[in-house]
Amino acid sequence: MNRFLTGIPRTSCRKTNLLPVVNVATRRTVTSKPAYDGHIPLNFFENAFLAVGSAVMSLADPRRGDMIAALGETTAGPALPRLRDLMLESAEGRQILKDRPRVNSQTVDMNALARLPEGTFGQAYVTWLERCGVTPDTREPVHYIDDPELAYVMQRYRECHDFYHCICNLPVNVSSELALKFFEFVNLGLPVAGISAAFGHLRLSWPQRQRLFAEYVPWALKCGSSASSLITVYWEKRWEQDVDEMKRELGLWDPPEAKWPKPLSEAKAAAEKRAPLSSQGNGATPSA
Amino acid sequence: MQTSLRVSTRSTIKRHSHRAFAACRSYAQNHTEGPAQDTSRTTHFGFKTIPESSKESLVKDVFDSVASKYDIMNDAMSLGIHRLWKDDYVSSLKPGRRGPMKCIDVAGGTGDIALRILDFAREKYADRETSVSVVDINTQMLKEGERRFKKTMYHNTPQVSFHEGNAQALSKEEFPDNAFDLYTIAFGIRNCTSIPMVLQEAYRVLKPGGTFACLEFSKVTNPLLGSVYDQYSFSVIPLLGTILAGDRESYQYLVESIRRFPSQPDFAKMIQDAGFSTGGMFEGRGGAWRDLWGGVACIHTGVKI
Repeated sequence: MNRFLTGIPRTSCRKTNLLPVVNVATRRTVTSKPAYDGHIPLNFFENAFLAVGSAVMSLADPRRGDMIAALGETTAGPALPRLRDLMLESAEGRQILKDRPRVNSQTVDMNALARLPEGTFGQAYVTWLERCGVTPDTREPVHYIDDPELAYVMQRYRECHDFYHCICNLPVNVSSELALKFFEFVNLGLPVAGISAAFGHLRLSWPQRQRLFAEYVPWALKCGSSASSLITVYWEKRWEQDVDEMKRELGLWDPPEAKWPKPLSEAKAAAEKRAPLSSQGNGATPSA
Repeated sequence: MQTSLRVSTRSTIKRHSHRAFAACRSYAQNHTEGPAQDTSRTTHFGFKTIPESSKESLVKDVFDSVASKYDIMNDAMSLGIHRLWKDDYVSSLKPGRRGPMKCIDVAGGTGDIALRILDFAREKYADRETSVSVVDINTQMLKEGERRFKKTMYHNTPQVSFHEGNAQALSKEEFPDNAFDLYTIAFGIRNCTSIPMVLQEAYRVLKPGGTFACLEFSKVTNPLLGSVYDQYSFSVIPLLGTILAGDRESYQYLVESIRRFPSQPDFAKMIQDAGFSTGGMFEGRGGAWRDLWGGVACIHTGVKI
């Protein structure tokens, strides 16, 4: 099934041309067995219905994170097999598919990360979390992807979203989220990122939209397309890596400076409270 | 502001999914608890089989979850047709025709039927003495009903009153024997654990000559309509629940519970067994039941003699 959607051999292209369409329409029925915990099999029409419904609902009520998640899953199409194949092509990606790591408050040890030296990715991540006031608690689990491995790829994408924020040095306000959606769309190719990018800005005010398209979108398009695919990065094994070195390795550079909801010094103070011994006598200046 | 939006989105989803999945979680817990409870008596909860003792709380969880969006969801799921059914139901009963009536509307939480009864009596017969006691086991649904009635002229009048109660065991102080002229239950009886007990209570509280009327989803006889209806029920409705209410499980339960409800003749027999006098065992004029929209919904009536 997946072969038809991703790599149709050239010689059989003409013959198998119609098969993907037919396969999609007759692929599964409502009574299929769930392939994993939380799996809800959908047939073609249910999938389409949910795609349209979740698109409308996401625009109408952007706080419905479960609707944005559903939109992503129902519109994923061939993007997920492509991402999985990208992961298979890199050694790091293969390791991720083998280990299937999850990112949440249980699997990520915040205290250990906070004790890492200044300038490491782990330290930057914890600082970013505090600066924005978010935690890596459970994102909406995947329901509508039939293949368990592709479901994991989707889950991984969702859980790594915060890492993308961190490495691109972007806060969590609407403009930055949209900039990141543009970035994700060119870097990963997921349709939902494109849809969010195309319609999300309608909720912005005019000056915000101008700034978004004048400064952030050019950065997102250039940086996202030239960087290596971030889905293949095993973030959990790179906590000790230097952030600048990581950016160079992945081909990333910072966007224009964004407006942060909380000033950096407050986050540093919270970090200091948590690990007083390691921060004393460091003399390190806060990174921008 | 944006950060709190993000956090609240996640916690909202958690709340929704916790509410819906609490029903399934408690089901799973009860299922694996062992023979401590009366597992010898089981009943259905949608397509699942559960110990009888847990059905009430599972149904309660479902309706706690759906209460705030109940009316919107009804409109979305039935494309507004439920309004036609309820109008047909109430007008066929003609409340107020023979003078003011004391009515009891069971499982009537949001007050759809009660409002129609009072409006019908007022508009057709200039009757402002007919009263309706709305009974529901679920406080959230009753709150929605009270909210709706605050927007009407019946608020703070003796014409409507709201009571929390179990249809299988109505309180004898609030609902004495032989007290009511009309007992209505619309789209509620299939959620009760024991239908015969509900019918017995209905028999008890009705006066001799009083009418029992039940509006409920039922079996569709036409196979073509049936297959379209099945497709719609199992494909569209849970998805509407996901999209509009963020709650698939509750709507999956609702759709399954419709399939588990007895057929029209079986239910008519149960009404007769409770002591009511019904029409003949056929559909239509003079019959014990009347199908609406080919059997998608059905009105069963009986009289206490």
